[in-house]
Amino acid sequence: MAVATSSSQVLNNVEAVRATLYEALKNDDKVLILGEDVGNRGNVFLITKDFVKEFGTERIIDTPIAEASIVGIAVGMAMEGLRPIAEIQFADFIYPSFNQIVGEAAKTRYRSNGEYTCPMVIRTPYGGGVRGALSHSVSVEALFYHVPGLKIVVPSFPADVKGLLNAAIDDPDPVLFLEHKKTYRLIKGEVPDGHYVIPIGKADVKKEGSQLTVVSYGLYVHWALEAANQLESEGMSVEVIDLRSVRPMDRTAILQSVRKTRKLLIIHEDNKFGGIGAEISAMVAEEALFDLDAPIRRLAAPDVPAMGYAMPLEEAYMSSPAKMADAMREMVKF
Amino acid sequence: MATTITMPQLGETVTEGTVERWLKKAGDPVEKYEAFLEVSTDKVNSEVPSPVTGKIRELLVQEGTTVATGTPIAIIDEVGAAKASAQAKTSETPAEKSGEPPKSRDAMAESANMEPVPGFNIPQLDVKSAAASSGTPTMFPPKSNGQREEAALRGVSPAVRRLAREHHIDVRGVRGSGASGRVTADDVLAAAKLTPSGAATAAPTEAPRAPSKPGPGNTSTYADPIPGTTIHLSSMRRIIAERMIESRKTAPHAWSMVEVDVTNVWEWRKREKDRFERDTGVKLTLLPFFIRAVVESLAAFPLMNSKFLTEGPSIYVEKDVNIGIAIGLPANLVVPVIKHADKLSIKGIALAAGDLIERARKNKLTTDDLKKGTFTVNNTGANGSFASAPIINAGQAGIVTMETVVRRPMVQDDDSIAIRYMMNSCLSLDHRVVDGYVASGFLADLKKRLESMGPRGAL
Repeated sequence: MAVATSSSQVLNNVEAVRATLYEALKNDDKVLILGEDVGNRGNVFLITKDFVKEFGTERIIDTPIAEASIVGIAVGMAMEGLRPIAEIQFADFIYPSFNQIVGEAAKTRYRSNGEYTCPMVIRTPYGGGVRGALSHSVSVEALFYHVPGLKIVVPSFPADVKGLLNAAIDDPDPVLFLEHKKTYRLIKGEVPDGHYVIPIGKADVKKEGSQLTVVSYGLYVHWALEAANQLESEGMSVEVIDLRSVRPMDRTAILQSVRKTRKLLIIHEDNKFGGIGAEISAMVAEEALFDLDAPIRRLAAPDVPAMGYAMPLEEAYMSSPAKMADAMREMVKF
Repeated sequence: MATTITMPQLGETVTEGTVERWLKKAGDPVEKYEAFLEVSTDKVNSEVPSPVTGKIRELLVQEGTTVATGTPIAIIDEVGAAKASAQAKTSETPAEKSGEPPKSRDAMAESANMEPVPGFNIPQLDVKSAAASSGTPTMFPPKSNGQREEAALRGVSPAVRRLAREHHIDVRGVRGSGASGRVTADDVLAAAKLTPSGAATAAPTEAPRAPSKPGPGNTSTYADPIPGTTIHLSSMRRIIAERMIESRKTAPHAWSMVEVDVTNVWEWRKREKDRFERDTGVKLTLLPFFIRAVVESLAAFPLMNSKFLTEGPSIYVEKDVNIGIAIGLPANLVVPVIKHADKLSIKGIALAAGDLIERARKNKLTTDDLKKGTFTVNNTGANGSFASAPIINAGQAGIVTMETVVRRPMVQDDDSIAIRYMMNSCLSLDHRVVDGYVASGFLADLKKRLESMGPRGAL
């Protein structure tokens, strides 16, 4: 339970994003926001509500429904010294900008031999469990994490949202900042006041345990914690690691934990094939095979094209604390 | 249920095996993992454990018969729900197939009411010519009972393998607390706490067993001797016993001892050992220095490198100098041989000995490793012995020991007293081959060579 202190306040994830963006706009004239409905509409989740009144239409830019342009323009701004924060209204709409992200933003530093960098953030709400159906539920991290030159951040706690968003804005290279929309108002937590940074690429052990390492990110960290607490009441000890960044990946934290517990369960909302879990399990198999006392297991979405709208379809696609607890139990007892 | 036992494949390239001896006869009860026959091949000799608990229905192959691997050799009527191992194929008898009641109804009923066999034989893996036993610390004993190991090791995780190797635990002897009785990493660590390092194994617990009670007829094992019970010898231990008797009976043993100042060798070794271990991965002990001195002394006293032949009778003076090293293992003794030790430098001897010792501990010696010894060195001092009277390896003229090295005040040539590293070396000799004259000459020579070594020599 989050408790506000004199130097912190309790925020949900929407408020944490909003507060961080506001501070960034206040502190640095070079920071600007562009995207669909970020101006007068104030973003569909009201994250940028009234920003346009204070910072004007030159820094809070409403764009057409043209994602390739949003990112492409931001790339140009970033290369010329601004600090654009591009918003893709829903991650499901990010595909038109794929070339701008992968082909331009991620390669700018390399292509120009360091002469140009691309210090920009692409923020986008992602994830399911909100009856979002085909075009408001996707997880896109695996589509991008193959790409060197791009950082991908997926925070799940309000304090991490603030620290990592600050890090993303400060970063000299492009950062894809994924916000799980189901956590937006569901998850509240204490957020320290003032400017602080959580380094990108650092995982966080959200719960310590000795019998099983669970690695997750996004909404599922919260569910994994719920399941781990359930197991604790049954006498089992599960460690839950919140990756926070999927690239760079905190190999040290994962390996350290796996070497302790000797068992690894990776849980993500994205589907299994070629997902983040595939990379983690390959890495652990390469680095820590002789510490493993059980096969690595991935609990992930089925390989179907999308999350259905019908409740049973969404439930079948999504995991749940109960499903996670079952998998954890099996692994602890293995 | 009837389980057909087939000739196991004892070794990768082995295609057939000989039923050396049946340890059970038809009608005998047999417990899972209890040895019930001995099989020999050109490579190994092995006791074969029963994959099931039950009663021997029929022995299909006579003793001394050689059959191809996979050939059915016995049928066991299984009792209870014990599962057949991978080695055994469960088959219906014709009677069962045709829907008739099994013929051996009485036998089965009897089996069901059968008294549990008291005690429990640890599955013995005995390679006659190589080192082996259930007590040997190893994860992967030779393939001689391959399929059974495979079954036992199924589900062994990489972590368990590594921990078992590090702690010298035989996983087959660890009670599994995981799913379906799987041995977990924690199980291995728990077993390691109970087991002194190096002295391998807990008794297998896969099958529940009645605790052995003292009394005639009750058995225990060499690795876990229980007072008031009988240990049935593995073929390995039988061979050790036979060889010892043979040597003691035929070779009249005489004994002598010298005291050697090994201070210089000790310094030499101390100076070299860290670099040596870093460069070669082998620990530099006193053994290679000692063996080097021994082979030089054997060159000076060729009669010590000879053997007595009853045909003739005659003495054959060996051409080669092949030094056997006695290595004690928890459940037996092996003497692998450094061939042509006289042609090796101290470093060469150290590497050869290091290799043999490591493979002995891992149970990976080959038949060739154990052959052609002409003289034996026994490092009895490793366990703190101050003097010992070893039995000669049959077919050799002598065996010499390295006793423990102690620091002692010694009166020097100039009447001063110095603290010196002192070691006794004991020689047992075949008095048919050499007399005290040669033997003491050999020992004095050995002493002189050791004392004139180092401390600034080259390996």
